[in-house]
Amino acid sequence: MTTLQPTAAAGPRPAGPPTRRARRSWTGWGFIGPFVLVFALVFLAPLAYSVYLSLFRTQLIGGTRFVGLENYQQALQDGQFWDGVLRVGLFLLVQVPIMLGIALLVALAIDSGRLYGKDFFRISVFLPYAVPAVVATLMWGFMYGPRFGLVGDINDAFGVTLPDPLSSGLILASIGNIVTWEFVGYNMLIFYAALRVIPQSLYEAAEIDGAGQWRVIASIKLPAIRGALVIATIFSVIGSFQLFNEPAILQKLAPNAITTDYTPNYYTYSLSFSGQQHNYSATVAIVMGVITMVVAYVVQLRGMRKGA
Amino acid sequence: MTGSTGTTATRPAAPPKQAAPRLRTPRRPYSPSRPRRSVLLTVLTAVVLVYSLLPLLWLVLSATKSQEGLSRSFGLWFDRDIDLWHNITETFTYQDGVFLRWLLNTLMYVVVGAGGATLLAVLGGYALAKFDFPGKRAVFAVVIGAVAVPTTALAVPTFLMFSKIGLTDTPWAVIIPSLISPFGLYLMWVFATEAIPTELMEAARIDGASELRTFFQVALPLLAPGTVTVLLFTTVATWNNYFLPLIMLKDPDWYPLTLGLDAWNKQAQTAGGEAVFNLVVTGSLLTIVPLVAAFLSLQKYWQSGLSAGSVKE
Repeated sequence: MTTLQPTAAAGPRPAGPPTRRARRSWTGWGFIGPFVLVFALVFLAPLAYSVYLSLFRTQLIGGTRFVGLENYQQALQDGQFWDGVLRVGLFLLVQVPIMLGIALLVALAIDSGRLYGKDFFRISVFLPYAVPAVVATLMWGFMYGPRFGLVGDINDAFGVTLPDPLSSGLILASIGNIVTWEFVGYNMLIFYAALRVIPQSLYEAAEIDGAGQWRVIASIKLPAIRGALVIATIFSVIGSFQLFNEPAILQKLAPNAITTDYTPNYYTYSLSFSGQQHNYSATVAIVMGVITMVVAYVVQLRGMRKGA
Repeated sequence: MTGSTGTTATRPAAPPKQAAPRLRTPRRPYSPSRPRRSVLLTVLTAVVLVYSLLPLLWLVLSATKSQEGLSRSFGLWFDRDIDLWHNITETFTYQDGVFLRWLLNTLMYVVVGAGGATLLAVLGGYALAKFDFPGKRAVFAVVIGAVAVPTTALAVPTFLMFSKIGLTDTPWAVIIPSLISPFGLYLMWVFATEAIPTELMEAARIDGASELRTFFQVALPLLAPGTVTVLLFTTVATWNNYFLPLIMLKDPDWYPLTLGLDAWNKQAQTAGGEAVFNLVVTGSLLTIVPLVAAFLSLQKYWQSGLSAGSVKE
């Protein structure tokens, strides 16, 4: 028992290891306690309340009554809801790889030290992240638009007719472009920060072994930032499934292309705040939350398995 | 592994240029630790740079235009009249100067919300990185799992809960949910793991320092660069927040800038509403400027923090 850890031979104090372990086990709560407390208030309590709400239904006649899983049954057969899920699913499959791919390439380029003016690159590519989704969407929405948009300008200037980014056929791609623009720099910074903490000694060792830059990227850099890649993917998946701001704001500029059930999140919002269907809205949100968590979990499992 | 002093002792301090060829083989074409600049790579990366900056250029140019100027001029060049100053004064005076009120609201949400969120994240991240406590894995799993819950799943019940206790349509409805930043917690956790040597904490404890004192005098200074980063991110999140205030606030007097701009934009679409696109554009620019300024001014500090962290190895 006493020889469990030979390195912990800091044993001038006889009661050393036990007290230290005891102190370690509970003092941590002193520091994380405030976070957990507020977290319980703004995350767990509403979540529990949400589940509670989903079991009831308010009717015009008879008031609110317990309906068990009826709301869930309805949600599973709700075409409007599943259309939204498919839409964000498609969005996710196309937009997230493009965004993370660009972010990774830029992060590697900046980290390689082979760019002229790398600090300028880093801060400039990151800047769109500082732009509120409202402003980003208004900005791109105006640029897309025919009124004083760039698309209209280009059409006039060159006598061409570009496809309308606000048409129903292209609107999803247009939203994808806005989201990509907003978050490329953010993800780039996450990757870059992860690249910066790779020990310099690894590069020196690679150099001695005669490894080229591609080899260094494949064998040192990418494995080292795998955790950051997985986290960024998970956050992007969650972000896609929660898509709301961009379609909601763009809706005013493209009312025919974006309906109020365009994404699952927009649908729950409309149900609750325009339709006053709080119970059904909570149900849809929960179903969507479960889908999101399952997908995020799969991403995490696959991401962690890859290099292990 | 060891401190920087250990590394410099085993190696010539600040290796001069002429010493390098003797220590390393000179004919190696690529050196990860001392790469050569590449014009091609710079040009390729510049494509992303242009993509990132062009819309901002459009915004700056558009803010100099009047409402008519916006439609008659080319988007990426000036109109014949420069109306920037007129636009700015009109933005601040339109509707009895409500824009200034929105700006002050946003500042308040940031100071209380983002400040509080950073404090909680720093404390929590430190706990996750440096302590082994019962339920630690559960705490992390629950926090990460909860991030996947759609904002609306929480928003609707939070709204109903808050309205029952009379918090909706007050600043608290925006501030309280802003206090939790799971990503800030994650960032602080990773950062604290790297930045605080456990031996240093042990030393402080052996010297008889209390846990609080160890945190404030040993850990907090080491956490400063991470703290600035988290503060920056929570500030952006609070400054840019749209969904939460949209649900919680009815009274325009409590709007943050994002909601206010959205209201001005919608105004043009409503029957009989006055179109004020020049004010929407100029207001948008004014909304971005403080954040961009914060990034640029904090950049050095945060940059030195990042590089200090990586040099340590």
